[in-house]
Amino acid sequence: MLQVIADVFTPSNTRFILKGLALTVFISIGVVLVSIVFGTVLAIARTYEKRLLGKIAAVYIETFRNTPLLLWIIGAVFIIPRSLIGSPMMRGSFGLMLYTSSVISEIVRGGINSIHSGQYEAARSQGFNFAQVLFFVVLPQTFERIIPSLMSQIVTTIKDTSFFAQVGIAEFFWSMRNVMSSLSKNVVITTAHVFVIYVFIALVYFVINFTLSCAVRAMRRRLADA
Amino acid sequence: MNRSTSPFAWWRFVKLFKDWRVFLDALLVTVGVALAALALAVAIGAVLGIISTSRRKPLRAVTRVYVEFFQNIPLVIIAFFMFNALPYAGIMLSTATIGILGVGFYHGAYVAEVVRAGIESIPKGQFEAAHSQGFSYFSTMIHVVLPQTLTIILPPLTNQAVNLVKNTSVLAMISGGDLMYRTNSWAADKASYAPALVVSGALYFLLCFPLATAARAYEKRIIRAGLVTAATEEKIIAVTDSE
Repeated sequence: MLQVIADVFTPSNTRFILKGLALTVFISIGVVLVSIVFGTVLAIARTYEKRLLGKIAAVYIETFRNTPLLLWIIGAVFIIPRSLIGSPMMRGSFGLMLYTSSVISEIVRGGINSIHSGQYEAARSQGFNFAQVLFFVVLPQTFERIIPSLMSQIVTTIKDTSFFAQVGIAEFFWSMRNVMSSLSKNVVITTAHVFVIYVFIALVYFVINFTLSCAVRAMRRRLADA
Repeated sequence: MNRSTSPFAWWRFVKLFKDWRVFLDALLVTVGVALAALALAVAIGAVLGIISTSRRKPLRAVTRVYVEFFQNIPLVIIAFFMFNALPYAGIMLSTATIGILGVGFYHGAYVAEVVRAGIESIPKGQFEAAHSQGFSYFSTMIHVVLPQTLTIILPPLTNQAVNLVKNTSVLAMISGGDLMYRTNSWAADKASYAPALVVSGALYFLLCFPLATAARAYEKRIIRAGLVTAATEEKIIAVTDSE
């Protein structure tokens, strides 16, 4: 067993795996942050239900909500011209960001809708214009309420990055698969090797995501008490 | 011949329409896997969801472990484990079986959480009232609690069905012959990604959008009818946030 672990986690493999893991975390956080901005813009646009802007936002959101993520990742990597976005990693992340934004925009919209309409009226009666009501009254309260749901999106996005392995982006799962295939050149792969690799993959995802999920639940409880 | 080189050029679409059978067959695989996986997910979710509201701690612990395990590990890893690792242990599964089991186990965890949240949203007084009328635990569940729970959880369950259909695309990564796989391989083969993705996107949309719309309409109706408050419904939907 120790020999098996030593075979898998050689110093160079370990460095390679850590690099993949760092990329997974880096992409996930980056994608969620950009998606919060774009998703909020979409959510606000969608509140103009009767205007063209609102209809465009609705079509965008429904399109992404009803098609698989992998389709957008493949599309972004293979259709966006190299001259526009150079690296496949950035193209893939862009696809993931477009998808995640549609999910986040629905979370933000739910938050906006849960703000009591009396607040709009009160703010308007105090001379706030619409943009001021949005930025100083509605959005701060919305974000306070939806922070747990937005945190959950980091868990979702970390899980989603594993689809990147399909298009050769060197995230954590891709690195692990690569370690496994390069292993076969040096040693005879046994059942133990394969299971050590998969248990390790599952454990890493689990520890990161479970920690975040627990933090989300604690936050929900605190918000419910307040 | 002077053909346009745009990725969205019409001649590329024409080429695709000639191969329509490939896409139709693949769509049928996706629908078949999705239906079987949905049945499995609902069965797992119903059993685990009900058990997770039991008063016995060990029973609750088992469901907790299952739910946390499948909610915090990517579906891709579950599918690849079955595809790559299980054969080393002498277990060979077809890709369709992997799709059904993987997607079914994964969504089973989310359905269990929806069922649990639904049951917990039924006021405690109902259990007590039924009990005082001589109902046993099982008859209270079957005649009083579960029928009300079903009404409340139908919208989030339908949303799960939508996500489940989308997630069958994980099969593309293990050569599963589903719509996403055929789309990707046709596109790579003919060096025409745009038409393949547009058509397959439209097919996924046709499967998912009616479900999503029905879920929303039904949710509005039960809230208006006073069967559930908007806040309760929102709370139940929130348990699937990380999906």
